[in-house]
Amino acid sequence: MSFAHLLEVDDIHTHLAVKDGTVRAVDGVSFTIDAGETLGIVGESGSGKSMTALSIMRLLPRSGSIVEGKVTFKGRVLTDLSEDEMEAMRGTEIAMIFQDPMTSLNPVYRIGWQVGEPLRIHRHVDTRKSIVAAVDLLRKAGIPDAPRRVGQFPHMFSGGMRQRAMIAMGLSTSPSLLIADEPTTALDVTIQAQILDLLRTLNRDYGTATILITHNLGVVAGMCDRVIVMYAGRVVEQGRTEDVFARPEHPYTWSLLRSIPRLDADEHEPLKPIDGSPPDMVRLPAGCKFTPRCPFAIGRCAKEEPELLAVRNQLSRCWVTQGGVTLDGAGVG
Amino acid sequence: MAEAPARPSAQAWTPAQPLVEVRGLRTWFPVRSGVINRVVGQVRAVDGVDLDIRQGETLGLVGESGCGKSTLGRSILRLVQPTAGEVRFKGRDILRIGSRSMRRMRREMSIIFQDPFASLDPRQTVADILGEALDIHRLARSTRARKERVSELLGLVGLSGDFAGRYPHEFSGGQRQRIGIARALAVDPSFIVCDEPISALDVSIQAQIINLLEQLQDKFHLTYLFIAHDLSVVKHISDRIAVMYVGKVVEVSPARDLYRQPKHPYTGSLLSAIPIPDPRLERRRERIILKGDVASPLNPPSGCRFRTRCFKAQPRCAETEPPLETVNLGDHKAACYYPLS
Ligand SMILES: Nc1ncnc2c1ncn2[C@@H]1O[C@H](COP(=O)(O)OP(=O)(O)OP(=O)(O)O)[C@@H](O)[C@H]1O
Ligand SMILES: Nc1ncnc2c1ncn2[C@@H]1O[C@H](COP(=O)(O)OP(=O)(O)O)[C@@H](O)[C@H]1O
Ligand code: SF4
Ligand code: SF4
Ligand SMILES: [Mg+2]
Ligand SMILES: [Mg+2]
Repeated sequence: MSFAHLLEVDDIHTHLAVKDGTVRAVDGVSFTIDAGETLGIVGESGSGKSMTALSIMRLLPRSGSIVEGKVTFKGRVLTDLSEDEMEAMRGTEIAMIFQDPMTSLNPVYRIGWQVGEPLRIHRHVDTRKSIVAAVDLLRKAGIPDAPRRVGQFPHMFSGGMRQRAMIAMGLSTSPSLLIADEPTTALDVTIQAQILDLLRTLNRDYGTATILITHNLGVVAGMCDRVIVMYAGRVVEQGRTEDVFARPEHPYTWSLLRSIPRLDADEHEPLKPIDGSPPDMVRLPAGCKFTPRCPFAIGRCAKEEPELLAVRNQLSRCWVTQGGVTLDGAGVG
Repeated sequence: MAEAPARPSAQAWTPAQPLVEVRGLRTWFPVRSGVINRVVGQVRAVDGVDLDIRQGETLGLVGESGCGKSTLGRSILRLVQPTAGEVRFKGRDILRIGSRSMRRMRREMSIIFQDPFASLDPRQTVADILGEALDIHRLARSTRARKERVSELLGLVGLSGDFAGRYPHEFSGGQRQRIGIARALAVDPSFIVCDEPISALDVSIQAQIINLLEQLQDKFHLTYLFIAHDLSVVKHISDRIAVMYVGKVVEVSPARDLYRQPKHPYTGSLLSAIPIPDPRLERRRERIILKGDVASPLNPPSGCRFRTRCFKAQPRCAETEPPLETVNLGDHKAACYYPLS
């Protein structure tokens, strides 16, 4: 079968019911990813990164639903599949790993049993063979002493080892897409480096396409071919990682890059913070959602919301850069 | 060589000397088990730390989760009772002074916590939260003076005085951390332990809080012990940095030297693990990927505690613990037999 992209997310809108109204957690998000690619999604907490991932996986909380839009994977429309068909898809073709592996591992089953489970369910492998495969998968995921470790329970694993076990489980059926939602946020930096190294190796050796969700711009810089920047449920900028970092075309990306302290910065200059705070998702302002915090805002911004349009090498949702202005002095390289 | 021995008497202290001198500090937590609650082991959270904190400086304290950073910070403030050692504040050993003197000392030291959500009582108004410290130390003579001070404190952290009557849940994370900072300032301290004050905040808010802490330091000549696991932030804010590994300080040096020339292999690997937000640079960088996990503080390895993960370890490292010694010119110390060049 031939298809234009491995995954195509087309204008999805995901709403969540909350006490005081509706959260438009994902509000018209579109992007594609191709085989072997690593795509980063960045944005602050609450910007809709996880809800975008869960919409693709159709694993939304009960209060949430996709009210509009379409997700296509290898030419099949995921948003139209029955729950059984979607479950098969999740077990074989698309895997997801989460920030806190403890919540997705079952505390009462041995690690080997859990890592081998997708193989038993979706590949009809018998128990013994599934455990043998689990040993091999754990070893590939960098867990030392795997034959002994398969017999242990999740609480006997450290945070980094649990995340490795989750990755091993996710990869058991050789999926073509891996969605990793903040896979290293709960881990120490030296363990983060180990896990990122593992994801890099898997991507290189098996060509697994990866969507990497993170709020860490450094992680994106080291891992991703392309990056999407989200703000208030929207994509505000999208482009090749080098381009976005060297010359951001959206004021939010621009401000974010300037506000973070860098390990390689030499002189001690005061940081340049972004004013204000992230928006209240239940009561979003009219117009561009970044207006209250934007140093470039013009009269039009508070009234009309810009579309996501091509600006030089990127896509940007901003009146000012679409009008030809460049966000000077923002480059990092 | 350890740090110079602390002077014996309080009278001798002058601001040219370290504000805080930590000597041989141990804070162990007993692990109990069984019906009779027998002590079966000790978590050696802080296990023999020597450290000076100089007047007016920001000393960064970094290390992985569970290595003892918070316990060290709390031990220095005597919020947990250390098992052994000395903490001299302005020359006085605060682990051995009476409760009256300690109460007076408490006005000189404060703490800011990581989680602005958990560290503020949800049933108290902002005025109550800030007023509490004023009341304990009888720092406001009248209701009016108290109200004015609360208002002044809010102003210092960039919040409107109108917020005094509101409750913590009505504020964003960044605003709550500002309230936490205002509370720490209430007693007009000279020394503040900042225990991961920005880790729980959104990236776009972190810089606001860092700048605020720096402004307040200038204004009130504060001394900070700044605990964090994000080395980029620590590098930005600190004059000197101490690196901890499983209950021990393994390296301490001026911030700039530490980044240019880390001496302890653990510091080297920690630095190489920090992602830099620059794709061209980040993809070219050489990384030291450590094997394994942090050693357990319940049963640390013999000799050098880092040896189970160290890429430079030799047989000698398993035998005796390397002392924290001067490695470079003067102000740079590391505890390693085979320091990085
Ligand atoms: N009250 C306590 N009782 C028993 N053990 C404790 C107690 N407080 C801390 N510990 C243990 O002491 C060690 C050091 O803990 P500490 O909180 O100081 O680490 P930390 O470096 O601040 O870590 P983090 O980066 O996660 O905040 C850990 O093993 C911890 O589990
Ligand atoms: N279970 C839920 N019920 C209601 N609202 C939710 C739920 N989970 C997330 N939200 C809201 O949806 C928005 C997007 O959240 P999320 O996708 O989790 O953000 P991110 O992953 O970028 O931090 C936020 O406003 C968040 O508060
Ligand atoms: S549209 Fe206006 S407010 Fe929005 S990012 Fe662009 S300049 Fe700023
Ligand atoms: S003393 Fe030995 S094991 Fe410890 S850090 Fe130095 S080289 Fe490594
Ligand atoms: Mg999330
Ligand atoms: Mg801590």
